[in-house]
Amino acid sequence: MDSHGFVSPYSPNTDSDRREMLDAIGVDSVEELFEDIPEAYRHPPLNLPPPKSEMELLRYAEELASMNGVPGDYACFLGAGSYRHYVPAIVRQLTSRSEYVTSYTPYQPEVSQGTLQTEFEFQTLCAQLTGMDVANAGMYDGATSLAEGALMAVRVNGGRRIAVLDSVSPRYVEVLETYTKSQGIEIDIISADNLTLADDTACLLAQQPNFYGYLEDMQAIADKVHEQDALFVVYADPFAMALFKPPGEYDADIVASEGQALGVAPTFGGPYVGIFACKQQYIRQMPGRIVGRTVDSDGKIGYVLTLQTREQHIRRERATSNICTSVALIALMSTVFMAANGKKGMRHLAELTYHKAHYLASLIERIPGYSLRMDGTFFQEFVVECPISPSEINDKLLSQKIIGGLDVSDMVPNGMLVCATEVNSREEIEAFAHALAEAVA
Amino acid sequence: MNPAELKYSEEHEWVQVESETVVLVGITEFAAESLGDVVYVDLPEVDANVGQFEKMGEIESVKAVSDLYSPVSGKITERNEQVLDNPQLVNDAPFEGGWLIRVLLDDPSQLDKLMSADQYESFLASQD
Amino acid sequence: MATKNPLQLKYEESRRRLLMDRSVPGRMGVSLPPNDVPEQPMPGSDILRNEMDFPEVTEGEIVRYFSQLSQFNFSIDHNFYPLGSCTMKYNPKVNDEVAGLRGFTDIHPLQPESTVQGALKLMWELQEYLAEITGMPGVSLAPMAGADGELAGMLMARAYHLERGDTQRTKVLIPDSAHGTNPATATMSGFEVVTLPSDARGDTDLDALRNSVGDDLAGLMITLPSTLGLFDSNIDQVVKIVRDAGGIVYGDGANLNALLGRVRMGDLGFDVMHSNLHKTFTQPHGGGGPGSGPVLVGPRLLPYLPTPWVTRRADGEDETFSFTTPEKSIGRMAAFHGNFGALVRAYAYISTLGKEGIAAISDDAVLNANYVMSQLKDDYDLPYDRVCMHEVVLSARTLKRQHGVSALDVAKRLIDYGIHPPTMYFPLIVEEALMVEPTETESKETLDYFIEVMKTIAREARDEPSLLHDAPHDTPNSRLDEARAARQPDLRWRRQT
Repeated sequence: MDSHGFVSPYSPNTDSDRREMLDAIGVDSVEELFEDIPEAYRHPPLNLPPPKSEMELLRYAEELASMNGVPGDYACFLGAGSYRHYVPAIVRQLTSRSEYVTSYTPYQPEVSQGTLQTEFEFQTLCAQLTGMDVANAGMYDGATSLAEGALMAVRVNGGRRIAVLDSVSPRYVEVLETYTKSQGIEIDIISADNLTLADDTACLLAQQPNFYGYLEDMQAIADKVHEQDALFVVYADPFAMALFKPPGEYDADIVASEGQALGVAPTFGGPYVGIFACKQQYIRQMPGRIVGRTVDSDGKIGYVLTLQTREQHIRRERATSNICTSVALIALMSTVFMAANGKKGMRHLAELTYHKAHYLASLIERIPGYSLRMDGTFFQEFVVECPISPSEINDKLLSQKIIGGLDVSDMVPNGMLVCATEVNSREEIEAFAHALAEAVA
Repeated sequence: MNPAELKYSEEHEWVQVESETVVLVGITEFAAESLGDVVYVDLPEVDANVGQFEKMGEIESVKAVSDLYSPVSGKITERNEQVLDNPQLVNDAPFEGGWLIRVLLDDPSQLDKLMSADQYESFLASQD
Repeated sequence: MATKNPLQLKYEESRRRLLMDRSVPGRMGVSLPPNDVPEQPMPGSDILRNEMDFPEVTEGEIVRYFSQLSQFNFSIDHNFYPLGSCTMKYNPKVNDEVAGLRGFTDIHPLQPESTVQGALKLMWELQEYLAEITGMPGVSLAPMAGADGELAGMLMARAYHLERGDTQRTKVLIPDSAHGTNPATATMSGFEVVTLPSDARGDTDLDALRNSVGDDLAGLMITLPSTLGLFDSNIDQVVKIVRDAGGIVYGDGANLNALLGRVRMGDLGFDVMHSNLHKTFTQPHGGGGPGSGPVLVGPRLLPYLPTPWVTRRADGEDETFSFTTPEKSIGRMAAFHGNFGALVRAYAYISTLGKEGIAAISDDAVLNANYVMSQLKDDYDLPYDRVCMHEVVLSARTLKRQHGVSALDVAKRLIDYGIHPPTMYFPLIVEEALMVEPTETESKETLDYFIEVMKTIAREARDEPSLLHDAPHDTPNSRLDEARAARQPDLRWRRQT
């Protein structure tokens, strides 16, 4: 069949298999099976490169990978929604098990208890981390989870407006716009100093710590939002929740978070997993997969996908969302990560991250020309006002194998959003501070 | 069997006339069986107004959602709280403990638009 | 089955014990790194969290727990998995190795573009490959899953109409055989859904289509081949009718595996489609994600693509890749640039198969499905008796009427033979549907075993139906009470008080 002699390592059919099957079907050639396709379109060009052997593929891929400057080889101080933390070996080992990797969504619970029970564990750990009543099995990422949280607030509370604090990540606001614009929902960007909500506002969205790294006074915000009969939708950093009061303790109604920091490598932005949690009374308006505990016909405990009537495959155009995935494998990484670090480890890593970031801040503060935009308590990142353009500084840092912070000069004059976590060593941190000084010397 | 004293709609709701202006509404055994295990019932609040043959709520089984239509127009005076807590009652006793709402009728003559038990059974037979 | 003694039952129970119930104060699961910087002043306890209720379990216990749990799953690596419309084909291992290279896993999404040229080059090449395979000139890799690609596509359709002042175009036509994501997406995109019937052959009902198009038409969302496993033989006219009426034609690429190298949606006149990299291009399904759903567009929608897409600038030997936002972009689909890890795997897959291998996929996928159909059509109902594409929709209608055995019972009995059930009760227009997609990566020996099992089950349904009603017999749980789960949602571990 194949004139070039290429045999796919993935397709077992030989010419004699094909002949036997064609005879059994009662046709002469495979061509006949495609006769429903209009003749004119049936033989498109396919201008792809020739097949690569596994060895050639790996060599080429390694070449591409080596064109990237890799944090670890470079000291890296980027955060802004994707955070580097040490990932224990068991996370990769367990989540490489093909029983988890190569199974489908657990629609058949009797042969999916592995996936289902681990998803139940994920829901439990997310509920406990956020301090909320319940969590779902996972969303695409933190940003889409927040956008879905806003849409859910509109379903629960009515209203056609969503208020967003001006300290929420601009990327998250962009995703929110993508999700809401088409549904005729208006977004009001407001400041924490003036929390008066427009009539018809379903909810207020806030981020903790905010995009600039600082903690908001969430209890005060929650009170004002609830006084105005709006729901409080919170995006919370996962490690910050292990150290500071979690959303469940300041009466948040819906909580979104990015699970990436919990055991998932930065991977150039994805796949990640969005955490989604809420108060018990809203569970029927939740988007996404939810796993519930039940019993089987012998009375044994087992797990199933539940409350499925919310979802697209049943409620179709009236579903709570079109989402089908729960990014189960990435959620599993976070589950194993949280389990392994456990009660002590989560707190320890959060404190370590706090110390590293604050040590870095204390060094930068002392460099002439640089100042910290102090805005209360920060956790793992903070904004530095640089004497010259941050991108110019970052260019100079690269030659010393340092990837500096994020240029946020469009929001803060010469602002650089700098992040440090437990993976940044003291040497790296000091070298970074030193290089910042040199860059403007 | 569909009790002879009730009236029926094409959307498989039944109506029990309690007095000249008050009726009890539920879904028929046929509807309950077609749905399978009922897991959730969403009903309008007490004092809400419903319109004849208009959507008034939803009823869910594990893998299906159906709209509930009111067979009469009027104001809801009572919801069956037991069904809201324990939706299985709709399967166990659709014509009795599984009733859904009590309605104060706007227009008792609307009852004439509903079917008798015999008519409903012929209707079911014609649907298959 | 032999009954288990109390100790054996204890073992069974212990394997299912949840993390929080395994927790013992003082145990640790990792060795924590020390602090190498001077201690910094901590904020006041009023803003700090009190104790967090989290597990305390050792590394070895976690490994055993998750390893044991994993064995309760069926998976492609262990089982034949003919789940219709999901394309459960073999997931090549080298793809995972490539995606696991440090130069791909450890890069931060916000690094300067000069430091991620390898990643951008890979993305650009993948864009080119997907454009070539589908005949669509524009590609954004940003959508995170098929449904997300649909959302991007329909938001583009909306932006297109609005820009032309066609605010009245609010209706989206969707065939009755469609996946639920299509209508759910249309609603999320601000449209109103109108369901389109299929004709007796399972194709789009052209008369119904003609009667449904008008000035209010925004577009059509159609899966090709359809979820009935059929290539719509009217597709030419379907596309023409919708386009002539000013509508956008959306192609759901869930079943692209049937078309590779055989026909391109771009050539057929589709305006926009998505491709499920986790189906056609072997990103592993992961127990329900991650997926990846690049959206591809023809000329009309090119300016509206979501951000970012990767562009290339060549200067002699030098080439530079960068992220670009299209002129009238519908905006951002996620915080960053899409599921890069999945993109790497799809890229590795296309590279391994190349031109020759990619073109051969659909031939074998379609041949295998037709072979299964030819062998089972006397034992099960075949609602559409015509050549199928990559999957065949059978029905247990007669078994149900004559023997009281449902599609569910057949599906559960397959588990006893080590086979994952097919998709059941979908598409909705087929009673007692069993949708079988063998894929091109299964051997004739496996297909013959499956056929033998299906014939045996049909016999069992007649002779000993209880075997089916009670199935599965040898799984960690027998059939689960889904009604109870939905009536009394129990969604997390809670401390017993």
